[in-house]
Amino acid sequence: MSLANSIYSTLFRKNYTMLATVFAAGFAWEIGFNSTMDKIWDSNNRGRQWKDIRHKYVEGGDDEE
Amino acid sequence: MLARSCLRPARTLNGLRNAAVNVSKRAASTSSGAEASPARLNIAAIASTTLAAGSLAWYYHLYGPVAFASAPAEEGLHATHYPWVHEQFFKTFDHQALRRGFQVYREVCASCHSLSRVPYRALVGTVLTVDEAKALAEENEYPDEPDEQGEIPMRPGKLADYIPAPYKNDEAARFANNGALPPDLSLIVKARHGGCDYIFSLLTGYPEEPPAGVTVAPGMNFNPYFPGTGIAMARVLYDGLVEYEDGTPASTSQMAKDVVEFLNWAAEPEMDERKKMGMKVLVATSALWALSVWVKRYKWAWLKSRKLAYDPPAETKVRR
Ligand code: HEC
Repeated sequence: MSLANSIYSTLFRKNYTMLATVFAAGFAWEIGFNSTMDKIWDSNNRGRQWKDIRHKYVEGGDDEE
Repeated sequence: MLARSCLRPARTLNGLRNAAVNVSKRAASTSSGAEASPARLNIAAIASTTLAAGSLAWYYHLYGPVAFASAPAEEGLHATHYPWVHEQFFKTFDHQALRRGFQVYREVCASCHSLSRVPYRALVGTVLTVDEAKALAEENEYPDEPDEQGEIPMRPGKLADYIPAPYKNDEAARFANNGALPPDLSLIVKARHGGCDYIFSLLTGYPEEPPAGVTVAPGMNFNPYFPGTGIAMARVLYDGLVEYEDGTPASTSQMAKDVVEFLNWAAEPEMDERKKMGMKVLVATSALWALSVWVKRYKWAWLKSRKLAYDPPAETKVRR
């Protein structure tokens, strides 16, 4: 049985497993996409954002904000 | 391939020419019955073309040119366009510059200009730490809830309070500034044509003295970038006016650049987040677009790659 077939029969054959797969995949995709994009954004703007300079101004490294 | 694409325009032209000939033939045969002589046709064509071109020219003469009601001095000098990094598509504000710009606003501009739409809490996590913002807010007093006698006591400021205005009201502001109202700076970058470029040019554009032949009204200052050139705000930024905590040399243009970037933040505090969201949207939609192109080609492949062949019936089966 090929991979596509086994995916089909385990995940997409029954409606409720299909729904669960779609929801879980959407959830996982969103997390992965956002964190990748945030990493790209932060490296494109290295040194410009507040989180890059904040350490110079907080006293004693207490992390309340 | 090249030869084919070169030939094609010629062919379309031929088609056009044939069509034109057909049309004139048909028109000639339906209208007069007799063949019109080429000279009369030419004259008619020239006359109607002249009429059409003439009316176009007349219309443009009447409504085309834009009327400039004011002289260039009244429009103000066009601001130079500067390569602001924070105006690039995928760049955030430089928050170190915002912090310096806020210092310039506080030490220089705040004595005349309000910044009424910016609360202290907006500064937290952008230019100040919580403790710094709290300390700054507590330097000012704000009206509290009425006490049991209905009196309104004053309390120290909190993060939720807005940065206080230098004057009680516009009248007081006008009175203190020779009748001119220093505008609120919260949205000034959005409110002026030219935005950052204009304000930077304005702040750094005061000449040593007005050019010869220019009269400046008493109490006014010459600035070529201000529409009308007479502005009630004198030059405020001079080299070394503030002392930056990060050691950046406080030249006039450095301070102007920093305060302009800060005012841009005040007008568009959502910019960093908006651009990041925009980047995500562009990436996601281009991926979806590419996918849709692929799906279309996949679905159309059979149609695009089919071959039509004419298969004539066998000679014996043709009915005569
Ligand atoms: C001494 C008081 C004073 C100070 C300090 C001051 N301004 Fe002004 N500013 C004015 C007045 C008054 C006007 C109104 C000018 C007019 O309408 O002729 C004005 C107008 C402006 C304008 C609007 C110009 C326009 O196109 O209408 C901007 C922008 C501006 N100021 C920015 C600043 C900045 C930035 C600073 C700090 C670096 C600053 N000002 C400091 C008094 C001041």
